[in-house]
Amino acid sequence: MAAAAGTPAKSTYDVIVVGGGHNGLTCAAYLAKAGRKVLVLERRHVVGGAAVSEELHPGFTFSVCSYIVSLFRPQIIRELELARHGLEIIPLESTFTPFPDGRSLARWADPERTRREIAAFSPKDADVYPEFGLTMSRLAHFAKHIIDRPPPDPTSFAPSDLLQLGAIGSLLRGTDRDLRFLNTKLMTMSAADFLDLWFESEHLKTPMSASGIIGTFLGVRSPGTAYVLLHHYMGEIDGAYRAWGFAKGGTGAVSEALASSAIAHGAEVVTEAPVQALRLTDGRTTGVVLENGTEIGAKVVVSSLDPHRTFFGLVGERNLDPAFVSQLRKFKLRGSSGKVNLAVDRVPEFTARPGDGMHIRGDISISPDFEYMERAYDDAKYGAFSRRPYMNIVIPTLTDPSVAPPGKHIVSIFVQYAPYHITEGPERWPEQRDAFGDAVLDTLEAYCPGLKSSILFKQVLTPWDLEKDFGLTEGNIFHGELSLEQLLFLRPTAGWSRYRTPIDRLWACGSGTHPGGGVMGAPGELAAKTLLRSGDA
Amino acid sequence: MSIATPFHPRTSVLCTSLFWKEWAGHHAVRSYDTHHEPEYFAIRHAAALIDVSPLFKYDVSGPDAAAFLSRVMVRDIRKLKIGRVTYLCWCDDHGKVLDDGTVSRFAEQDFRVTSAEPALAWLSRQAGRFRVTIEDVSERIATLSLQGPRSRDILRDATDADLDALKFFGVTAATLRGIDVRLSRTGYTGDLGYEIWIHRDHALPVWDALMEVGEAHRITPVGLDAMDVSRIEAGFILNGVDYFSAHRCVVESRKSTPYEIGLGWTVNLEREPFVGQEALRLEKARGSRWAKVGLVIDWDEHEALFAKVGLPPQVPSAAWRTAVPVYDTGGRQVGQATSGAWSPTLKQNLALATVEAAYAAPGTALRMEVTVEFQRHRVTAVVTETPFFNPERKRA
Ligand SMILES: Cc1cc2nc3c(=O)[nH]c(=O)nc-3n(C[C@H](O)[C@H](O)[C@H](O)COP(=O)(O)OP(=O)(O)OC[C@H]3O[C@@H](n4cnc5c(N)ncnc54)[C@H](O)[C@@H]3O)c2cc1C
Repeated sequence: MAAAAGTPAKSTYDVIVVGGGHNGLTCAAYLAKAGRKVLVLERRHVVGGAAVSEELHPGFTFSVCSYIVSLFRPQIIRELELARHGLEIIPLESTFTPFPDGRSLARWADPERTRREIAAFSPKDADVYPEFGLTMSRLAHFAKHIIDRPPPDPTSFAPSDLLQLGAIGSLLRGTDRDLRFLNTKLMTMSAADFLDLWFESEHLKTPMSASGIIGTFLGVRSPGTAYVLLHHYMGEIDGAYRAWGFAKGGTGAVSEALASSAIAHGAEVVTEAPVQALRLTDGRTTGVVLENGTEIGAKVVVSSLDPHRTFFGLVGERNLDPAFVSQLRKFKLRGSSGKVNLAVDRVPEFTARPGDGMHIRGDISISPDFEYMERAYDDAKYGAFSRRPYMNIVIPTLTDPSVAPPGKHIVSIFVQYAPYHITEGPERWPEQRDAFGDAVLDTLEAYCPGLKSSILFKQVLTPWDLEKDFGLTEGNIFHGELSLEQLLFLRPTAGWSRYRTPIDRLWACGSGTHPGGGVMGAPGELAAKTLLRSGDA
Repeated sequence: MSIATPFHPRTSVLCTSLFWKEWAGHHAVRSYDTHHEPEYFAIRHAAALIDVSPLFKYDVSGPDAAAFLSRVMVRDIRKLKIGRVTYLCWCDDHGKVLDDGTVSRFAEQDFRVTSAEPALAWLSRQAGRFRVTIEDVSERIATLSLQGPRSRDILRDATDADLDALKFFGVTAATLRGIDVRLSRTGYTGDLGYEIWIHRDHALPVWDALMEVGEAHRITPVGLDAMDVSRIEAGFILNGVDYFSAHRCVVESRKSTPYEIGLGWTVNLEREPFVGQEALRLEKARGSRWAKVGLVIDWDEHEALFAKVGLPPQVPSAAWRTAVPVYDTGGRQVGQATSGAWSPTLKQNLALATVEAAYAAPGTALRMEVTVEFQRHRVTAVVTETPFFNPERKRA
């Protein structure tokens, strides 16, 4: 069963979900499963939003945006029977970091192997590494409670209590003091500083710190980035065990399985159906108006678009309370990442560790040292893309050969920093696209000689493209930064974090709501469950 | 002491984990790497090359071969078409299962039986006046199982077989780089897959050719641990784990009939006499005492038990096969879970269990014993139809 293009079959529904990204589809599937008549309206010709697979070059199916499925909630796989609808996720086995001096570090699922690798840089760090992992897992265990529930009630947590990060703090109250202190540090420190507390080798710390900056306009030394490190450990204790992985057929397979499950439960999914505006009658949501003028009625509309698009786009500023508008204006989107997708005719070979072995089947981090990372950030601070960027690379074809012709490969390069607000103005990005792509490939060529000559096809995505093609305001990959002041009961704004919005019968379920971005499905799931309990639909 | 299979010169070099087990008197790789998970995913996403040579194999031929096999097997083998394989079991005179395996029909009078346990003596004993020869080819025929979504592409590149014509449970002769092999579209993983039957003298060139051609399809040598997870997902039972051959049981209560281990569907009762027929007829009429079922263990309860002691939920990293008690909701023991695994694909904790027949209906909620921090608990486990995981590609 597939989504249909064009016009919906009926003129009214119980619920209309705006946006067929993975969160919109998750929400729709849960609502349909509960018996609601649901319509999903997607602007593009494919479902998935940023979790999409597209055959950009004959025979090559790219995970155009999101390339690793991190933290996708296992209960969604169970409850919506996604395996039956074709979803299979292959875990990532390693993180590989080649260094410019020819050395390299791979961290594996196998602890002994990791230990030997780290010991080559620092025997002490090799000992500490499992301790660190255990502690982080303990902290992540609490964080997991947070992502599987709607955010805590803000009235019982003054915003000044942020250091306790709401419910994590309250859960931690039952645990030992050391862990509580550590948690506070995690919430306030930078990724680099936090890692400095544990390790001595920068070869180890730098790639670890990098996971703290993905999708933010912050550097590894910016306060608050330590918290994001936790996400990495959450995947490992998920009951899914190493939930980080490749979806077979590309990340779009997540969305396709969700759409198939939604449709099997009776939902209608329509593509090429951009929504122009919310239909409001006496301040209350009564449906939507498509760009082609068609009006469709619904008791409730759930928007999976980012907060800017939902409120400034669909609702319109004149229908919003000025106080809410000014809060919303403070919500930081400021995209900072880009992507380069390659089709290549052979496996890229890293001089630092040749061969096509297991070490390049996981993610590959170009993050030589803290200074490099900070310089990359400096470029961005002053309104330019990084000349020597941080990169997170995967070659999914080494594990999932279904996405390319036999013997050919896909190289997916996530790049930071590529600030949306370049000095010349974001609308000038198209002129810089090639230069940006070249900076990425030139940097990588130094680690992988011959890469450039193996390219069969290339796609360069700037934040401008992410906004224009994927509807991500300012190209922010998470519908708003995952920084502390934009999480939990503050996401997207104080008072409106539980999927309701200030507009009657308009709900939100995208990454701009708790617990945030990434291919998690949690916002969609929690929004649906909260909505079903509310009596609105 | 165990002996090597014909592929040992290759597998022993690749098995860097030194993680071996004994299988039917042979050295068998459990996992090539310390972690079997990438191997599991090779089965489900690319292609897995598994040495299954320790299987017992018997070639049965002669004018009465079909009649003979019909007499000893629970299925009417005379109906098996040339080029087809069938899965079945065989019983003693009391209708108690001795083993399960396959029968392939290569030609009008040529068959091959595979089994988990030696069967030569038993087969020969039944031969009586049937005009058949039974030859134990277990040592002579090396076997590779090539499983996974890319297995067909690899064989298409490596052999001259008409793979589109080779349907699920079909078997055909083929040549692979000039070597005569047989291909059957069978396996123990519940995925698209084939088994390749080779004279042992040609074992290594076949292995090498498959690895070479398979490279572009990300072929991976895979050990038994990964296959064990996939067979649980597929709901396949294992002799010696999920039931016990009547030959080996000291007490009657350990023995099972086909109906009790989920193989009732392989029994063709109404035909000329076959071994165990009377007993099976009676059992069919009377109803069985036991049933084999799939169980899905309630994840929320499982997680809550761990949360109570402050731990994140844990699941065994490999498939398990030490039986644990299963209870009804009132607390009476109604059977045992005999093996299980965490399914990385379904994100579900699965088990196969033997339960009293009254509890076998899908949807029935039972309680299964789990141990958390050295304490025994019970969690809900719901009877679920198998296969738990059944991808379309398996038959496509
Ligand atoms: C380059 C990039 C790399 C990333 N890498 C990763 C990664 O590796 N791992 C990870 O976990 N996350 C990653 N992310 C983040 C992750 O992809 C997103 O957080 C997530 O997919 C967002 O899902 P969503 O459903 O909330 O929103 P979206 O996917 O943005 O869905 C919103 C949908 O609404 C549609 N839409 C917009 N306007 C309208 C309209 N007016 N009418 C109808 N439909 C409309 C859009 O087309 C889109 O389909 C990445 C994101 C990007 C951009």
